[in-house]
Amino acid sequence: LAVLHVHQSFACLLQTNIQSDCRWYSVSHLSVKERIEKKRKAAQMGGGQKRIDAQHQRGKLTARERVELLLDPESFVETDMFVEHRCSDFGMEQDANKFPGDSVVTGRGRINGRLVYVFSQDFTVFGGSLSGAHAQKICKIMDQALTVGAPVIGLNDSGGARIQEGVESLAGYADIFLVHPSDLPHHGSLCILTHLMLCLQDTSYLFITGPDVVKSVTNEDVTQEELGGAKTHTAVSGVAHRAFENDVEALLYLRDFFNFLPLSNQDPAPIRECQDPSDRLVKSLDTVVPFESTKAYDMLDIIHAIVDEGDFFEIMPTYAKNIVVGFARMNGRTVGIVGNQPKVASGCLDINSSVKGARFVRFCDAFNIPIITFVDVPGFLPGTAQEYGGIIRHGAKLLFAFAEATVPKITIITRKAYGGAYDVMSSKHLRGDMNYAWPTAEVAVMGAKGAVQIIFRGKENQAEAEAEYVEKFANPFPAAVRGFVDDIIEPATTRKRICRDLEVLASKKQVNPWKKHANIPL
Amino acid sequence: MSMFQKTKTARYSSCRSCAVTSRTPYSTVPSEKTFDKILIANRGEIACRVIKTCKKMGIQTVAVHSDVDSNAVHVKMADEAVCVGPAPTSKSYLNMDAIMDAIRLTGAQAVHPGYGFLSENKDFAKRLAAVGVTFIGPDTHAIQAMGDKIESKLIAKAAKVNTIPGFDGVVKTAEDAVKIAQQIGYPVMIKASAGGGGKGMRIAWNDEETREGFRFSSQEAASSFGDDRLLIEKYIDNPRHIEIQVLADKHGNVLWLNERECSIQRRNQKVVEEAPSMFLDADTRRVMGEQAVQLAKAVKYSSAGTVEFLVDSKKNFYFLEMNTRLQVEHPVTECITGLDLVEQMIRIAKGYQLQQKQEDIPINGWAIESRVYAEDPFKSFGLPSIGRLSQYQEPLKLSHVRVDSGIEEGSDINIYYDPMISKLVTYGATRAEALARMEDALDNYVIRGVTHNIPLLREIITHPRFVSGDISTNFLPEVYPEGFKGHHLDEDRCRELLASAAALHVTSQLYSHKILGTQRVSSAPMDQNNWELCVELGQELHDIEISKSGNSYIVKVDGGQVEVCGDWNLASPLLPLTINGTCRMLQCLSKESSGNIVLQYMGTLFKVRVLSKLTAKLNSYMPEKVSEDTSSILRSPMPGTVVAMSVKPGDTVADGQEICVIEAMKMQNSLTAVKQAKVKSVHCQPGETVGEGDLLVELE
Repeated sequence: LAVLHVHQSFACLLQTNIQSDCRWYSVSHLSVKERIEKKRKAAQMGGGQKRIDAQHQRGKLTARERVELLLDPESFVETDMFVEHRCSDFGMEQDANKFPGDSVVTGRGRINGRLVYVFSQDFTVFGGSLSGAHAQKICKIMDQALTVGAPVIGLNDSGGARIQEGVESLAGYADIFLVHPSDLPHHGSLCILTHLMLCLQDTSYLFITGPDVVKSVTNEDVTQEELGGAKTHTAVSGVAHRAFENDVEALLYLRDFFNFLPLSNQDPAPIRECQDPSDRLVKSLDTVVPFESTKAYDMLDIIHAIVDEGDFFEIMPTYAKNIVVGFARMNGRTVGIVGNQPKVASGCLDINSSVKGARFVRFCDAFNIPIITFVDVPGFLPGTAQEYGGIIRHGAKLLFAFAEATVPKITIITRKAYGGAYDVMSSKHLRGDMNYAWPTAEVAVMGAKGAVQIIFRGKENQAEAEAEYVEKFANPFPAAVRGFVDDIIEPATTRKRICRDLEVLASKKQVNPWKKHANIPL
Repeated sequence: MSMFQKTKTARYSSCRSCAVTSRTPYSTVPSEKTFDKILIANRGEIACRVIKTCKKMGIQTVAVHSDVDSNAVHVKMADEAVCVGPAPTSKSYLNMDAIMDAIRLTGAQAVHPGYGFLSENKDFAKRLAAVGVTFIGPDTHAIQAMGDKIESKLIAKAAKVNTIPGFDGVVKTAEDAVKIAQQIGYPVMIKASAGGGGKGMRIAWNDEETREGFRFSSQEAASSFGDDRLLIEKYIDNPRHIEIQVLADKHGNVLWLNERECSIQRRNQKVVEEAPSMFLDADTRRVMGEQAVQLAKAVKYSSAGTVEFLVDSKKNFYFLEMNTRLQVEHPVTECITGLDLVEQMIRIAKGYQLQQKQEDIPINGWAIESRVYAEDPFKSFGLPSIGRLSQYQEPLKLSHVRVDSGIEEGSDINIYYDPMISKLVTYGATRAEALARMEDALDNYVIRGVTHNIPLLREIITHPRFVSGDISTNFLPEVYPEGFKGHHLDEDRCRELLASAAALHVTSQLYSHKILGTQRVSSAPMDQNNWELCVELGQELHDIEISKSGNSYIVKVDGGQVEVCGDWNLASPLLPLTINGTCRMLQCLSKESSGNIVLQYMGTLFKVRVLSKLTAKLNSYMPEKVSEDTSSILRSPMPGTVVAMSVKPGDTVADGQEICVIEAMKMQNSLTAVKQAKVKSVHCQPGETVGEGDLLVELE
């Protein structure tokens, strides 16, 4: 399994850190010192220059280069540089097959000054394969991250389990991927490894079993790229959250992205200094919703215009594109944004978009990030494919996620808010803190045409009835008179409103009734 | 009746640019009673322009609009608005029945047609007259006489106006066209008899081009004017386009309001205009003015009109045509004469006499107009682009700037209408002053969401040939024979750009550290003051050392040193910097985590990538993205409709051979092969709508 493929080598800074500590020397001091030097040097070189060159030739960086790029200059503090694998079978016990640090680089450092733990698998050592020692190193920094409440970033570049070690390496997998992630959130640490997965175009592959095994078991012909390439996982399977062109780009984006997140679920979402005026009027929003309610527009136009500096980090931009999710800032505060995308499938909710949205909402709630929801949803996608696929179950996930979230929730209905989908999209009924409607909002059970066809089935004068339905329900008033929206606002003032509300809601405290864990309809 | 939707809107804020704010206050006679309500049968900037004057004169206004224009600025500005049909102009702004209904519905007493659309349509003027509604323009006789290229020349000749040698007659077939062209002698110009401006106008240098020109012009003529008659005449090489504005009342008084020079054109459409012209001396100006007046008198002209001349290098001038309407470029004349032409048109239409005498018409200073278009100037000096103006700021904070526009932030530029964003006018006591202000204004103009031609405009107005007045209608192809490539950075400017990008990058990196509040794990202070960076511009990498003190950066780049100071507001689209003591306005269009920055500098967009030295080194291991071989695929350069497909799979095409024709914004564009090859596949059919970048044809 691989998560964020990233890589790296010339971190020589550490060599100087340790030398001054050698006060315990005796007669053998020189030789031990030499041995230390030698081991450190070897650790820096991973699998050796030849393999480093090969890695570069593949357009990939080494484990150490990746760490150096990810972290602030001179901030990396390495642990377990001397750890070696313990396998004694198949000639692995020979000195030539031992590499100080084994196939992973671990330690901590800072990104834009903020603490982070990091492990980076070293493909130049046994193809980055996971040995018992490798797993142990990772678990060590995860434990430490847990005790101080800091996130862990894993830069994965591994061929898989180290076959020579057999079951010991599998136990290592269990340690990393099963035990730790499940208890991390409860103990107050953020692990990007499990919360968000980034991958690389053309060089990242991720699958349970490779093409050869697939062929032999199911007789299916499939390439590595088709089976588990970046495109597959970001557009079809929804396993990965975003793909990047190469190592350098991914790491640079990761540094910026890291700034949106709190260090742990015990910390508030970060606030960055903001140069974008919080009371900025966004005039372009007054005309963004087209005159005809059947015409599409781009929800991203609204999001980019409203958030600080137009800076929106979209998560899963190529998967279930009928819903848009991602992070941004409002007056410096990190917020999670969820929006229906009218440009794709009219912005309807289907299985994939519900799950995508639900996962994101829970991420925000887990890490104290306020959620802003832009609603333009004509309903759930009808049809057998959706029903057989369990749209009721999956749609309920999004409802559940919004309902259970206790972070500040602000909702803006830009246009359609129809039927059950309206309820689901962070409505007042799901404890929305501030719910606004634009003058173009239509909060109703369904579109006028459909409604009239049902109410007046087989009767004449449907056009007239439709006009009446539009007059009665295709506007924000029915919801506003009942208090289901708190106000009808001029679109241009939306940014100003949200910024003001977030200030007030910063002290929001809401506790869900105690339970061992919530029972989201999985 | 159901298609009419009457909306009362009064939301328009008065802070926008307007003619009224220009230097010389227009003379308004308060006691004069003109009309209570005027309908403006147009859209966009000209509709807004007319409404402004109406407001000033206390006249109620009615806007008409197509359904996609329901939210348009002119609709918001007007007191009343009536929807006259769907988006295509033939069904809305040219839909006379609907517009006549709108007039009846609103009780408008007069109609201002603006330019284009129905402005020179005699049938429309007749229909208005039949119901007793005043047409704000000349009477139908003048429209008809001047609207026809052939008849207008005969009248001009009779009025002793210099005319171009050429063939005056209707051309029926391509072979007739060739015969006529040969008689006149090449080069010849072919255009639609009924068309105005540059539309439907082609220049042919040989028989083959004559045939092609005939085909194109007649098609365009048919689609734009419903009249496929053509005119062929001698083409004057190296001409300047200089026109005289005239103003005539219904009592036989005619004034000439000096000239406008409109020589900077692309595909025979004006791009930059100015008044007065550097080329004319007082005598030539007077003779041209007097001939224009003679022509106006000959057709009993009333209202504002323009007599266009071609002027050769010896200051011989030839009558080209008379436009019986308000011209697009009228603001430059208003700037130097102090007259409000729209106001005068309204007064004249009501029957008032002109208040001025010829000797009252001044030339006060100099005015320049740049037509800002939503188009890509890197493709044939401007192919239309469409999109939504996600950010839009006119440079109105600067003095002596007038912007006539009909769009605002959030407006859509679509394929149905002219892609003009605005007319940017600057003026000053001298031409140099007006030009300097234009440069500033272009740098301060923020347009996001559509590709625009500001890069080209800025290059034109700063080009030594333009500055010295050495121009002709061939200016663009002569100055940019290989096509427009954007601003060429000299060594100093290049250093300035690199230094600015580096400083912006460092500012933004420092900004990333500014997490406020009490973080449980406190941030390490960023006390670094020196950075080593590597900036990529084009294909080249530049090593940069940069150090910071306060708001200023000292940047060592390519053996030179540059000091960059600024406020460094990363949320603002404008980036005012002081570079080595000189004020420069840059714009930051995008700044990505990957280090990619797009900056507008000297009007042109430059893409740079700023990386730390270490990152740049590691980046060198990254595989280069292989770009698509574009010689064997033909993509649509703009959104539009496929009107003709000249090839089918299996055909062999020669280099330069036409493959298909795309029509966008009423312009037909012929797409040609760039190499000899066999056609592999065709991906579109005539009639199909295509987007920019859509695959049309693949070659082998």
